[in-house]
Order: sequence, then structure tokens, then C-alpha cells
Amino acid sequence: MALKIKNLQDFWCGLLFLALGALAVYMSKDYQMGTALEMGPGYFPTWLGFIMMGFGVVIGGLSFKIEGNGSQGLRWRDWAFRPWLVTTGAIVVYALLMDAEVGFVPSLIALVIGSSLAHKDVHWVETLVLSVCVTAGAVAIFIYGIEMPYRLFWWSE
Amino acid sequence: MGDLIQNLGLGFSVALTLQNLMYCFLGVFLGTLIGVLPGIGSLATMAMLLPLTFILEPVSALIMLAGIYYGSDYGGSTTSILVNLPGEGSSVVTLMDGHPMAKQGRAGPALAIAAMGSFFAGCVGTLLIAVVGPPLANVALAFGSPEYFSLMLMALVCASVVGTGSLLKSLAMVTVGLLIGIVGTDVNSGKMRFTFGIPELSDGVGIAVVAMGVFGLTEIVKNLGDSQMTQTILRGEIKGLMPRWQDLKMSFGSILRGTSIGLAFGPLPGLGGTISSFTSYMVEKKLAKDPSRFGKGAIEGVAGPESANNACSQTTFIPMLTLGIPGSASMALMLAAMTIHGITPGPQVMTGRPDLFWGLIASMWIGNAMLVLLNLPLIGIWVKLLQVPYRLLFPIIITMMGIGIYSLNTTGTDVIMMAFFGFVGYILVKLGCSFPPLILAMVLGPMMEENLRRSLLISEGDLGIFVTRPISAGFIIATVVLLLLFIVPAFRKKRTEVIVD
Repeated sequence: MALKIKNLQDFWCGLLFLALGALAVYMSKDYQMGTALEMGPGYFPTWLGFIMMGFGVVIGGLSFKIEGNGSQGLRWRDWAFRPWLVTTGAIVVYALLMDAEVGFVPSLIALVIGSSLAHKDVHWVETLVLSVCVTAGAVAIFIYGIEMPYRLFWWSE
Repeated sequence: MGDLIQNLGLGFSVALTLQNLMYCFLGVFLGTLIGVLPGIGSLATMAMLLPLTFILEPVSALIMLAGIYYGSDYGGSTTSILVNLPGEGSSVVTLMDGHPMAKQGRAGPALAIAAMGSFFAGCVGTLLIAVVGPPLANVALAFGSPEYFSLMLMALVCASVVGTGSLLKSLAMVTVGLLIGIVGTDVNSGKMRFTFGIPELSDGVGIAVVAMGVFGLTEIVKNLGDSQMTQTILRGEIKGLMPRWQDLKMSFGSILRGTSIGLAFGPLPGLGGTISSFTSYMVEKKLAKDPSRFGKGAIEGVAGPESANNACSQTTFIPMLTLGIPGSASMALMLAAMTIHGITPGPQVMTGRPDLFWGLIASMWIGNAMLVLLNLPLIGIWVKLLQVPYRLLFPIIITMMGIGIYSLNTTGTDVIMMAFFGFVGYILVKLGCSFPPLILAMVLGPMMEENLRRSLLISEGDLGIFVTRPISAGFIIATVVLLLLFIVPAFRKKRTEVIVD
């Protein structure tokens, strides 16, 4: 008998939870299990991992039985790749710039411009004006207003 | 009765100081401002503005955060009436009749009725907290670990049952949340768990980090992928705010009924605004002489659910303030804020910090009044805000999230983690999972583990303790009944019917 996946969304979801549960169980094996009477640090996470694996199996298993319209949103063109990757990237860049202490102003300019690129039409002039305005507003509120202790530029102290 | 007046007197003396009035106003204003933005629900708003409250002293911080909470809830309803964009579950109900009203040029009366209903419900809800809070806190003092554990289990199951989407997936998300809650140093053994060798994780994952990732960032990515969202949606102007005499007459009963429904559901942990809004909508439709008007701009369909939702928003504070157990994801954020300020939520807050407890309650009254005063005259500003194109709004929102998260611990690691949760959140959204159960579970996780440990210590390792102690058994039975109710198809069908209609 050939098994056919009737609900792709549930199938992947089940698989994901199964994997996450297995990961939790695997990572908990270094923590002492203890007994029910005296729970070790591994007791709770191990059981949670098993429970999660159980949910994964049931959700995934039902995807072979119950028809769903959940497969549609998963086609290649249904994923918003550009916003997804660009916003994540812009935020990571901002975090790294802040940690490198290049200053509040350049970091924010990078964040505003970077995240603007996530939109499908980029209007460059508008984006630049926006980045300057947002940064100026943020500096006024956070640096001069509530006095957050960040340097403005890499040359300021 | 004398106690009540005395307590409320204390509360108002705290809430009416110039400083706290200002923070209350600021919270309500900022909450509405961000909540109005399309695609940003009250959870994302709270997560985004949470860091602002850290610099305040505890009472002011909680007053401001509560203001943000009901302000953003309110702003969300405004958006769903004006533009056809459901944010969180409870506003879905509002737009079913609110938006048709707006299309007929009656947005003004819809907003005004929503405001009046919410204000009335908010006042009654607040009064209920003041009345039942103290006796309930006394009951809570008698709770032992098994009772707490069972209650939390019930809250998590309730939150999964009433949430959107598949029950199984919501329960699986609960386990994910519990596991995220475990990250960090184990209080009992001092062992680092699930820290992946990252030193910043030894204190655990911050709730604001996760909430902003999955409610803020994921939501933005989802909106950007949705072509409908990327255009400006609102056209036309709002004429005439005042409802007609006939509107008032028709809504009066709906507001009363909606309020009672919200009051009944709110204090039950896990059941949120969505279920009370839906119930109120169903009731109004059943009682109407001509049910076919519903969905085409019936004012009762706005008045009832909005009142129910706001009554519920207020009374969800009850389990959090008296038992220390958050009943919803928003309350989980409130609880996190209390903990950050060094307050252990629970029955002892009322006796140990009466100024805080009663000040907060009194401020809710003031905040609800401010909402009405603020929103009806300022509706023009919110309309203008909704006309700003999304491509300008979302970078501003992301920037605010970036600044807010960085300021938590002055470290980029938190910011990167937020990006990570936003990234993974998008995959989970695509797979049909919802996040409120996860946030709630994340906060309850460490408490559940601790109470499970203590319970099993008392019972010498016997799990039977949860069903042999009467109060705990009551919670367990309620949980099982709820699950059964949900699995029985008839109930399930009814639930979807309301949404489809």
C-alpha cells in the first residue's frame, strides 16, 4: 500500500516537532535524570522531549489520513524569501555594529536602510530621508531624552 | 465594604499622583499609537514598549505597562473597524460588523460605541478585581504545589483549546515553550541547561526577546509577503462620531450582556478575549430579531464583543495578581515585568505591597477613562497614521524593536536572538502553528518544574497526588472535560461556524 501525504503542512510540522523533541531528549542525556521522588535537572526536559516527539508523531501521522488545504502555502513562490532573509540579516548586522561600538548613529542608519530593502519596491531617496529622520528622532528620544549611555559615532567617547 | 473603600482610597492616592497619572497617560497613548499600526497586535506592542518601563520605579512601571496593554488592545479594534485587517483573534470579531459599518460611512458611530462599551466593561471589570481579589488571594494561600501545578496545566490546555489553529499543534507549541523556559541555570542543581555554550543564555531566554521575535518580526515578514498589506488600504473620511439615539438603544443590552460574558471568562486562566468575543457575538446574533443583519453592519455585533473583550482584558489580571499565574500571553509579559522589578507575583503582593496592588487597580479606571477621552477626539490622528504606507512604517517598527531589545542588557546577543526567533517563527507560521500558547508556557515552564518537583517530594514520587487532593483534582477534571469538549466534533463545528458566517 502506497502512503500518500494528504496534508503537506502537517507532515512537515510533525517532522519538525519530532526532530525538536529528539534534540531535547538527546541534549538532556548529559543532565542527571534523578527519580520522581528526587527530580534531577534532566527529569523535566527529558519527559518534555518525549511528549513533544509524541505530538510530532501524531501530527505527522495524521497528515497521511486527513485531507487539508494546508499544502498550498508551502509552494516555493508562497514564501516571502526577500522580507524573511533581509529583515533577519539587517537586524543581525545592526547587532554586530552595536557590539563593535561603531556608534548608535551608523548602526541605526544601517538598520533602517537594511530593513527597508525587505520591501519589494525600494525608493532610494525616500529610504535615505527616512533613515536620517528615524535616527535623529531616536537620538533625541533615547540619547538626549532618557539618556541611554551609547556613543553616537565611533570617534565620540 | 468599608475595607474596599479604604483600599480603593489608597489605590487612588497612589494612582492620582502627577507622576503616575503621566505614566498612565503615556502608556495608554503609546499603546494606542502602536496598537493602531496594522498588523501589530497588543502582544507585539507590549513586547516592544516593555523595555521603556524598566527605568521606572515598580508602581509606575506596572501602571504604564497596564496602560500599554489596554491601549494597544483598543488601538487594534480601531484598526479592524477602519481597515479590514484582523490583528489578533478578538479583533476578528469586531471587524465582522465594524468594517461593514465603516464602509457604509458609519465608522464614527462604530468607534464611539466600541469606546463606550469598552469603558463600561472596563469599569465593571476593574470593580470585580477589587472585590474578588482579596478573598481569592486568601484561597490561594491555601494552595500547595500540586494545586499550582494542576492549575498551570489547566491554563496551558485552555490556551491551546481556544487558540486559533489545530489543537495538537498548539499543545506541541506549549511543549516548545516549556523547553525554552528551561534554558539557563537550573535553580536546584546549578547545572546549565540548553545553553549551547552561550554565556548570555545562562540567565535564560528573555520573554521580550521571544515575544518581539515571533509577534513583531514574524508578523512583519508575513505582512510584507502579503500583497494586500503592502498597499495603503484606508480611503475616505470619518464623518459624524456620535451614534444615533437608536444605535444607543440597540447597543445598551448588548453592552450589558457582553460585559457579563467577558467577566465570566476573563478570570479563567487560559481562556482569553477571543472566546468571550465570539461567545458574545453568537449570543447577540441568537437574540436579534433579524439575525440576517449580522455581518452587514449590525451595531450590536460591535458593541457586545468589544465590551466582552475589554471586560475580559481587565479580569485576566485576577489570576495573575492573586495567584501569580498569568492566564494569557499578555499577562505573562506583565508577570515578567514584575519579576524584573523584583516583585514576586502572587497572593503576598496584596498584603506586602498594597500600594502597588491597589494603585494598579485604581490606575485601570483612570486609564480606561483616558482611553475614551483620548481616542474619540484623536481619531483623526489614528486615521492619518493608517494612511502612511507600510513600506515607511515597518522599518520604523523594526528600529524600535532593535533599540528596545539592545537596551535590555546592552548586548547584541539579545538582538541576534530576537532575529533568530523571528526567523524560526516564520517557518512555524508557515506550518500553521500559533504563538500565544508558547509565550504562556515559556513563563510557566520554570514554575511548573519547581511545583512538580515539590509535589513529587510531598507524595514520595507518586503522580497520584494530583488527583487525590480535591482542589487539584478539580483542575485536572476541568482540563480533561475541556479537551473532551474540543475533541467532540459537534462543539468543534460550532466554533468554526461562527468564524465562517
